[in-house]
Amino acid sequence: MNKTLRGLTLSALLGGSALAMTAGTALADCGFAEGRVSIIGNEFPAIRAVADRAAECAAGGVEVNANLTSQHQTLNVAGMSTTPPEYTSAIIANSSIVALINDDVIRPLNDLVAAYGDGLQPHQLITINGDIMAVAFMANAQHLVYREDVLNDLGIAVPTSYEEVLAAAEQIRAAGVMQYPVGGAYASGWNLAQEFVNMYLGHGGQFFAPGSAEVTINNEAGVAALEMMAALTEYMNPDFLTHDSNATSTEWMAGNVALMNMWGSRTQVLMEPEGSAPEVHTNTRVGGPLMVGDSGVPATTLWWDGWTVAKNASDADAEATFRALAHAIQPDLLNDETQQMAVWMIEGYEPTPVSSGVLDTISAQAQPYPMLPYMGLLHTALGDNLAPFLQGRASATEVLEAVEAAYTSAARERGFLN
Amino acid sequence: MKHRSFFWFFLPTATAMLLFIAFPIVSVLIQSVYAPHEQVIIEVENCGPFGCTATTTVDQEATRALREAQPMGRFVGLDIYFNRAHLAVSEIGALWTAAPDLGTFFSRLLGLPFYGALSFTLTYTFLVTPFSLMLGFVIALSVNALPRILRGPTIFFSLLPMIVTPLVGGLILFWMIDSRGVLGAFFQYLSGDPDLSVKASTPMMWVMLIVYGIWSSAPFAFVVYYAGLQTVPQDTLESAMIDGATRWQRIRYVMLPHLLPLTTFMALIKIMDNFRVFEPIISFQASAHAQSLSYFIYSDLGGETRLLSSAAATSVLTIIGIVILLSPVLVRTWRSFGKA
Repeated sequence: MNKTLRGLTLSALLGGSALAMTAGTALADCGFAEGRVSIIGNEFPAIRAVADRAAECAAGGVEVNANLTSQHQTLNVAGMSTTPPEYTSAIIANSSIVALINDDVIRPLNDLVAAYGDGLQPHQLITINGDIMAVAFMANAQHLVYREDVLNDLGIAVPTSYEEVLAAAEQIRAAGVMQYPVGGAYASGWNLAQEFVNMYLGHGGQFFAPGSAEVTINNEAGVAALEMMAALTEYMNPDFLTHDSNATSTEWMAGNVALMNMWGSRTQVLMEPEGSAPEVHTNTRVGGPLMVGDSGVPATTLWWDGWTVAKNASDADAEATFRALAHAIQPDLLNDETQQMAVWMIEGYEPTPVSSGVLDTISAQAQPYPMLPYMGLLHTALGDNLAPFLQGRASATEVLEAVEAAYTSAARERGFLN
Repeated sequence: MKHRSFFWFFLPTATAMLLFIAFPIVSVLIQSVYAPHEQVIIEVENCGPFGCTATTTVDQEATRALREAQPMGRFVGLDIYFNRAHLAVSEIGALWTAAPDLGTFFSRLLGLPFYGALSFTLTYTFLVTPFSLMLGFVIALSVNALPRILRGPTIFFSLLPMIVTPLVGGLILFWMIDSRGVLGAFFQYLSGDPDLSVKASTPMMWVMLIVYGIWSSAPFAFVVYYAGLQTVPQDTLESAMIDGATRWQRIRYVMLPHLLPLTTFMALIKIMDNFRVFEPIISFQASAHAQSLSYFIYSDLGGETRLLSSAAATSVLTIIGIVILLSPVLVRTWRSFGKA
């Protein structure tokens, strides 16, 4: 989901960073005797926990492998296109499932859910046009993270909107506490585009004309979104265009930042002693989603992570894959350690202090990240073209025009537009 | 060598070149004139953990029929080469008619991705190539003048920039120029501006990328020149000394002409390498300031929806760019062979 420099560096060092795991420790009875299960997915603790649990099904004629890498998106379509496929399942998010649907490499799961999906809850099933295409197991969102001590010392209330973030940042700067109190993953590319997506939705914007691939972001909401982003960057470290989520977390741990919009899945580590000073990790608190303007829609997006089954897998392998992964996300996945890893959509999950941010975002009815066939092209176009505005080299309408033109030429090439 | 034995001698190389160089280029060329089918979009209801929304998806049945009818995709000829992400022919036309003067025209032209990338790539190539050769030559001369016992360790240390993986070398420098890094803080001290940030300024980022380029490729020039210096005829050097030539004159009139073929060879290699500049942009997270054709290929292939035809067209344009850049050197080499 999140392409980071660290991931790229690691994969360059390890030559692909294929992390292959076979046959887990405890063998469980998953109820089937043969089949090949091969999982590809992103690399973070929650997904590793799911893959480890799936590996418990390996016994006798059942083979379970997992390749977890931050480069999973460049591998999953190609690895699922052959017959038989290299990967029988891809673990994806609501943005990345689109590439798998576009290339028609995943199968509808209706019959498998009917036969073996007893333990799954209805809201875990991702359906498109009545077909179940994926089973979600965790939720994620970006929300406010703040330093309680800094806000309390200055008597600032916890911000609920970006306007309040700006006011609080000005107060913190004026008091001489921090020069750059706001943090944000504004690295040119995927991260910057994601922040625009948040801010544009928060202003009530629509990315496309209804039912078509025609982009519609060069409007008042687009300009307002960019202007709010520029206002925030005034309070960010001047290197903000190089700060991805990792660098932003590092700034937080170094105690340089008091307010930021951060991924729920990345907040737990900020509350742990490793790598940060006591006054930072003991005062790190989770807020709700930030609003902007008066649209009433939070300026953030909701995400789920889930698993799919390859279309080209034989029926036996597809059944084995489905049952192994359904076993992996049974309630007994949850224990003291795994509870902390994510906001699980699994029965018996008890919210932890850190998960309140994501849960608040869900109940504030933030919009899910759009699951549209051409959204990825727009995201890339945004990531490549917004920076000149934040550098002061171009006006808001100029960069929005550039985004629309770049998107349109890519969408024509892919056959979404004529 | 007899033709027959030459043929058998050369056959394995020729096969490998055909398989691993010629065929991929042909496949890239074919890919660049085809685009994916038109996608049949239908409106559907999408439900998930956060409720149901009306959305669109690709109609797989209808698209499959199109795909089977034309397995290669749509033939689009040179459309992709001429679109906005590449040569941007119609956009340039529009800019030309709209721009009030040449200055505005050029500054807007550089806002188009291909031309913006070309301006950085060419600047990088034409600065890094000569300066890395010069720096390499100076290091080679210095090492050559060292006492024999010190040469081994010095050569090892001089080669380090080349041994270090480019991505790692770039990252080290990236952290050093951070506004809180060693070099970043030093620059702030020098300029007296506590807010100075190298990473936030386009000109300074270009300078850093170019400095990194020179640093990382100078060792290559150094090794080759150092080897070349061992072959400079000693008697010519000695007779030059007897004639009263200074050290500079010996370098200028004896060593440099002797090393000219090596210089040509290295210029060829380095122009090719530098035109494909990629790793520094990634490790310096510099894509907001500088882009290159290779970076576009990476970006086309790394997005959530991959643009294979666009990446193929950029690859072909890169090859054409390299051929154009190399042509003066190639013509020169061809002529000098003709003379011999």
